[in-house]
Amino acid sequence: MLNNFVMPDLYPAAPEIFLLLMSFLVLFVDLIFGATRRWMAAMLTVVTLLGCAAITLVTSDGQTTLTFSNMFVDDLLSDFLKLMTYLAVIMMLIYSRQYMADRGLDKGEFYLLVLYATLGMMVMISAANFLTMYLGLELMSLSLYGLVAIDRDSPRCTEAAMKYFVLGALASGLLLYGMSMIYGATGSLEIGGVAQALYQGQSEKPVLVFGLVFLVAGIAFKLGLVPFHMWIPDVYHGAPTAVTMFIGSAPKFAAFAMALRLLVYALFGLAVDWQQMLLIMAVLSIGLGNLAAIAQTNIKRMLAYSAISHMGYMVLGLMSGVVGGQIDAFTAVNAYSSALYYTVAYVLMSLGAFGMVLLLSRAGYEAENLEDFKGLNKRSPWFAAMMLIIMFSMAGIPFFVGFFAKFAVLLAAIKAGYTAVAVIAVMFSLVGAFYYLRVVKLMYFDTPVDSASITAGLDLRLLLSVNGLAVAAFGLFPDAMMMVCTTALMRSL
Amino acid sequence: MNSQLLSLAIWVPILGAVPVFWVGSERRTLVRWLSLAVAVAGFLVTLPLYTGFDATLSGMQFVEQAPWITRFNVQYLLGVDGISMPFILLNSFITVMVVLAGWEVIEDKQAQYMGAFLIMSGLMNGIFCALDGVLFYVFFEASLIPMYIIIGAWGGPNRVYAAFKFFLYTLLGSLLMLVALIWLFLESGGSFNILDWHHLRIGMAPQILIFIAFLVSFAVKVPMWPVHTWLPDAHVEAPTGGSVVLAAIALKLGAYGFVRFSLPIVPDASHYMAPFIIALSLIAVIYIGFVALVQTDMKKLIAYSSISHMGFVTLGFFIFNQIGVEGALVQMISHGFVSAAMFLCVGVMYDRMHSRMIADYGGVVNTMPKFAALFVFFAMANSGLPATSGFVGEFMVILGAIKFNFWVGFASATTLILGAAYTLWMVKRVVFGAVANAHVAELKDIGGREFLVLGLLAASVLAMGLYPFPFTEVMHASVDNLLKHVAASKL
Repeated sequence: MLNNFVMPDLYPAAPEIFLLLMSFLVLFVDLIFGATRRWMAAMLTVVTLLGCAAITLVTSDGQTTLTFSNMFVDDLLSDFLKLMTYLAVIMMLIYSRQYMADRGLDKGEFYLLVLYATLGMMVMISAANFLTMYLGLELMSLSLYGLVAIDRDSPRCTEAAMKYFVLGALASGLLLYGMSMIYGATGSLEIGGVAQALYQGQSEKPVLVFGLVFLVAGIAFKLGLVPFHMWIPDVYHGAPTAVTMFIGSAPKFAAFAMALRLLVYALFGLAVDWQQMLLIMAVLSIGLGNLAAIAQTNIKRMLAYSAISHMGYMVLGLMSGVVGGQIDAFTAVNAYSSALYYTVAYVLMSLGAFGMVLLLSRAGYEAENLEDFKGLNKRSPWFAAMMLIIMFSMAGIPFFVGFFAKFAVLLAAIKAGYTAVAVIAVMFSLVGAFYYLRVVKLMYFDTPVDSASITAGLDLRLLLSVNGLAVAAFGLFPDAMMMVCTTALMRSL
Repeated sequence: MNSQLLSLAIWVPILGAVPVFWVGSERRTLVRWLSLAVAVAGFLVTLPLYTGFDATLSGMQFVEQAPWITRFNVQYLLGVDGISMPFILLNSFITVMVVLAGWEVIEDKQAQYMGAFLIMSGLMNGIFCALDGVLFYVFFEASLIPMYIIIGAWGGPNRVYAAFKFFLYTLLGSLLMLVALIWLFLESGGSFNILDWHHLRIGMAPQILIFIAFLVSFAVKVPMWPVHTWLPDAHVEAPTGGSVVLAAIALKLGAYGFVRFSLPIVPDASHYMAPFIIALSLIAVIYIGFVALVQTDMKKLIAYSSISHMGFVTLGFFIFNQIGVEGALVQMISHGFVSAAMFLCVGVMYDRMHSRMIADYGGVVNTMPKFAALFVFFAMANSGLPATSGFVGEFMVILGAIKFNFWVGFASATTLILGAAYTLWMVKRVVFGAVANAHVAELKDIGGREFLVLGLLAASVLAMGLYPFPFTEVMHASVDNLLKHVAASKL
């Protein structure tokens, strides 16, 4: 048997391997220095992610390489998504440093779980096989469950973690069930193999569609689409803000990769079927997300519902790649790159919005109610302006990046013939504008109730400023990022 | 060199707002003078647009072109013709007035107040010279942000409601326009260039849908009856400067949109829908005129008067003859001066009495003679007295309307009676008569700064009324060209 063993090409998986090895180092460092020098684990985590970024950049050759017996793929899309993931995680770590330290939560586990969740996302992004996808998903999810419960003495955190775990396990089960159905129908677990089998058209359609429904349900859960969105508000609300920020940012890239790899790469032959499902879920998400967000008084819950609606817009782009069952390369690239661009824009805005919540929080005080934003313009005009930019961007008002993200998605949807859906979507973004405007109203039109000066550290202030200005800059010059998204997709399809 | 002028008109005020924010509200004197310097510089850079303008050409001038979003072929494409150029000058001029008007009255966060107006001025210039659909839309919607803040942060007691109503109402319209713009992009085979769209052939059914999408957007902005209800609220609650910019410039954006988009891109639908628009315009002129008559709040009265006057503008556009369209454009510019002056006059009184109610005044002429003279003059202009700018536009539109249909012209001419009735009756109650109460008796007449602002506006109104040729001359060729587009069927 050993004679048949072929050493797989490890080169495409170099960032993952590096991260895994470094995580052991973080474990040791935490064991030895954890009590006295906590910053070492944090530093090492950031260094690890920077190292991963360097390796990804160096090994990125624009070619699509499969390894581990076609279970793992390294293409331009995966490189791009991984780089974005590292960036989001690093930003999250800088944003949350002081918050976690103030609450005594900056333990070694935090950094390790973040690293393993990141590893899970990377595996998902590079998955070329249903099992790899599932493996990555579980690694990410289990780490996230742990992270939500990291403040184990807080009943709210534990409750949120419990909810997240039960619903997440259910979703994983659905996904796995769907995968097994599709395996039964096509005889393959490889993404390329499934696509091949569908192309040949030998498989039994009812079994395939049956499996597809479960698969879509699993994906919708991870993206947080209505009607699989129940966990989002509770988990966003219950988790410590730093963890909420983590859940609300980097995993969106992994979820996007999962949706793209499973639905587009593997099940493109069933596009007509999943298009309908995504369409309904997208419209419901945009509608319910925007309507429910109005009723919230807690900004984390508001942002949770806003996340639901944003993912609805993203999916609107994702489902617009096929026109009447016909494949047209231009339309497809247009649609998928608009969804990718939307994801990038959303994560940037989401990081900034939660960054603001962290900015206003301090030791022993959680600034998570909308009231806490009252009169921010009097307390700090600069950060009020940053929040103004982020809120208007989320509402889709130009010149900010959120507008161009919506613009690209709407263009894709109208091109695919969904003009009526586009009209519904813009009408709900009018509804959505209301609650973003309300935050601006609180900051600019009201007098402050909380007059404490802002004590956040320089690192947070600096990063938040850069983040806010980036939202504006990517809006003034949207071309470069759009091109990068398009190129990454075009070279990987 | 010439080709940078439009960019300067847009970006000088916007970038000039940055140092104004930077100085901060604590250093009040510096902030004021700096804002004034930026506003004046913003006005000066637009002057060469007029002096260098070739009135014999009907096409776009001072064109600037650069790729912006190559992914969707969106361009940074600027240019003006005789229709849009005067509005850039008007806007930059009004911005100087607004800065002067907020000189002493605004005590809270003055740097932000001035900065918001400067940014808005640049964005408005961008709307008037954008020739790319997306660029237009981006400026159109971005200009809502500073206005929202201005109404909400420096407005009256009910400012929050007014600010939300203003923002959401206008957003509702513009979102539908976005869908129409994207549709046109796809239909034209991948171009966002508005001038390309002017040559696009479109079937009747999509033409009507596009017309409706544009109509919702621009009708809200104009505002036309029955989607006008945001305007009285916004005007009453906004600070004086906000009302001035709203009335003088923001309302023109909707009317300008009709000329730039609806008429030339979907001419057949425009002809088809013209009776409907004319009916709405006449309702605005007559019904809203009556509504203005019963107002007890001066700002509300002027707001309704603005709606009524803007009804004239839309009427002029949709009767499709040269004199009507030109009259409507003259009316837009004239209304820019007159309504700005009227709101500034109310602002002058409000700063002293903190009341806008007509009932609280009476006999102002006894204590503020200089002010009363100017106020009466603007009131005359508002009611369309010959030799003021108000007369020229109204007269031209009525002439055009009679050419189109006698009864339409007849109905529109009632504005001369109604406008005079509500404006002069208000003036009579506020300015003349015996001194009404102790507060009026204590009023101090306007100072040099206020006199300068109102005097400059009065001079413009008079100049335009006595010798309108420089204004009509520049727009002649462009209006000709527009009407040619409107006359040609695009089916």
